[in-house]
Amino acid sequence: MRRPLTMLLLAGLVAATLPACSGQSSRTRAVFMLVDTSGTYAKQLDKAQGIIDYLLAKLYPGDSLAVARIDSASFTQKNILDQVTFDGRPSYAIAQKRQFKQKIDDFVKGVKHGSAYTDITGAVVQAAEYLRETGAPHKTIVIFSDLKEDLPKGDVRNFPLHLKGIRVVALNVTKLRSDNVDPRRYMERVKHWRKRVQKGGGRFVLVNDLSRMDKVLPQD
Amino acid sequence: MSLGNSWLVIPGQPVLSGIILAFVFLVLAYLARAPMLQSIHALGRVLYRMFRLAARSVAIAERRLDARNREVLLASGREAAERMVEREFHRIERVVNRDLQAYPDLHRRISEHIRKIDEDFRSNNESPPTPPEWVKAVEAVAKLQETADPAVASVLGDIRKSLVRAQEKATHEYRKAAARRHRLLAGMAPSWRGIERDLAGVEKSVNTLLDRSGRIDRQMEEFEEIRNGTDRAQQTLSSSSLTQFFVSALVMAIAIGGAMINFYLISRPMQEMVGGNSTIGPFLTANIAAMVIIFVELSMGLFLMESLRITRLFPVIGALDDRMRHRMIWITFGFLVVLACVESGLALMRATLAASEQQLLQSLGNAGAAAASAPQHQMIPMVTQMVLSFILPFALAFVAIPLESLVQSARTVLGVVGVVLLRALSFLLRLLGNASVGGAGLLARLYDLIIFVPLRFEALVVRRAGSGSAALSGRPGQGED
Repeated sequence: MRRPLTMLLLAGLVAATLPACSGQSSRTRAVFMLVDTSGTYAKQLDKAQGIIDYLLAKLYPGDSLAVARIDSASFTQKNILDQVTFDGRPSYAIAQKRQFKQKIDDFVKGVKHGSAYTDITGAVVQAAEYLRETGAPHKTIVIFSDLKEDLPKGDVRNFPLHLKGIRVVALNVTKLRSDNVDPRRYMERVKHWRKRVQKGGGRFVLVNDLSRMDKVLPQD
Repeated sequence: MSLGNSWLVIPGQPVLSGIILAFVFLVLAYLARAPMLQSIHALGRVLYRMFRLAARSVAIAERRLDARNREVLLASGREAAERMVEREFHRIERVVNRDLQAYPDLHRRISEHIRKIDEDFRSNNESPPTPPEWVKAVEAVAKLQETADPAVASVLGDIRKSLVRAQEKATHEYRKAAARRHRLLAGMAPSWRGIERDLAGVEKSVNTLLDRSGRIDRQMEEFEEIRNGTDRAQQTLSSSSLTQFFVSALVMAIAIGGAMINFYLISRPMQEMVGGNSTIGPFLTANIAAMVIIFVELSMGLFLMESLRITRLFPVIGALDDRMRHRMIWITFGFLVVLACVESGLALMRATLAASEQQLLQSLGNAGAAAASAPQHQMIPMVTQMVLSFILPFALAFVAIPLESLVQSARTVLGVVGVVLLRALSFLLRLLGNASVGGAGLLARLYDLIIFVPLRFEALVVRRAGSGSAALSGRPGQGED
């Protein structure tokens, strides 16, 4: 009679201590997506919406997701459209995903015209800070932009980035009309950002084919 | 001088240096031949003894393990045989209690029937009707000569009539008595049938007992063989253990499959309780919680089987008094029911979550690449999951039976494997011991082969010296090899 009681006590003890000794999963991921809303990119927001949907589908409870727009002055909290760390309980996480999607849909509907300038560096710096705060082991910045930075006069953005442990995924880097004249400009742009990210301790990944979305998130 | 040329005795003359060094080496090797050969042989002997000693130790260990295996095997066989005999005795006890307990009643019934039959038999004694006293007179009259005297004829006629009437009356009486006897005999038939039925019941019981006693005899013979530790008994038990091991391992593999399915069914909804992102070490807490539930179910099943005395893994439980044991049966069974209900609830939650997630994926477009099933079919997997989750804990409870079998037979199987390994090691060590002696001899021959030139020279010198001394002593042939 004492044995089953002992077993039950042990099981109860394990159940009671489970939350106490538990920690964050080493598989937790944090993704910060930057959506370029300048110029012609404002017309491609439906593509960005598709990518956000993909991220919502693939992120698990405990993962974090934030979406911010890139405009003339991106280093500001106001640019963050929504940010969420999904609850550990799957049912709550599903509800959070629904709310998140609603907010993004509302934003996409609300965008009428593109911004005058493109402050990519400010957005990346803000994204990196957010990702570091999450403490997630896998941090990813997704940039939906042509990577052509166009800053207002007086803005200083030519400083080194701190991107240690962060993957920077450049998505749908469209070739501009000027790139067609001289493709080296496109190559140069990509090379510049790759160099800048790597110098900051990050890892740069270029995904132009949107059917290869599996490269966006780190593999389990 | 570079390091590569440091061996040159004469600088710039590698061939000459080589020859000189080889000569020096041969001379030194020749001079050191005797102690070197002694050392080689001594080393061979040391290695031989060492390996032989190790082989002997291993062989002793093997014999001990074999003896221990034999003891364990016979002990477990003895225990199993005892259980079988005990079970047969219990069955006999049941038969005796059921059938022979009513034997006094049966005896009384049969005696009653017999007494009744006896009484009937006595009352059925056939007594021929006694002839009336006047028959003798009639006989005397009948012997009279028939006369024409009408008076005599009339008397005789009357006598004849009286005789016929008396005969008819006697016949009637006789028939009446016979009919009464037949009625009595007919009344005895149920008693006979009752006796026949009772005796058939007794025969059946006796036959059952004879059958059981025959089985007990056979099992007692086996038990005797096991008790005497005969080789036949050991072989039988050993092969039985091997069969048991493989069969129970197969059943355990199936049970592990069932446990995995159970785990798959409850691990995801468990995230709703303990969170889907917390971990203990490298494992998700939800997965560990699901495993804990399954292990608790297995433990409960184990204790239930122990309490029911189906398995005997924990002697403490088997030794409990019946009241406590029955209480334990109900407690463990209650826990199993509760856990089965919990699992069923988790399965329902799993189905709800899956449906909710599917709706989300649909709202997200093709991102999730999940095809939505028709709503009318959603109930089927949900109900199936719930039923499966309810049944699996009870099915897993029966794992205790193959587990006990596996544990018991594994001891024998591991022992046999251990004996085989030790035997192989002992053989290898003996082989190495012999090889070391042979190797030492071979090494000595190789040594002699290397210095064969000075050895040949020595043999030549000895031969010449021998022939010289023989010539001097005038005895040719003395000192030759």
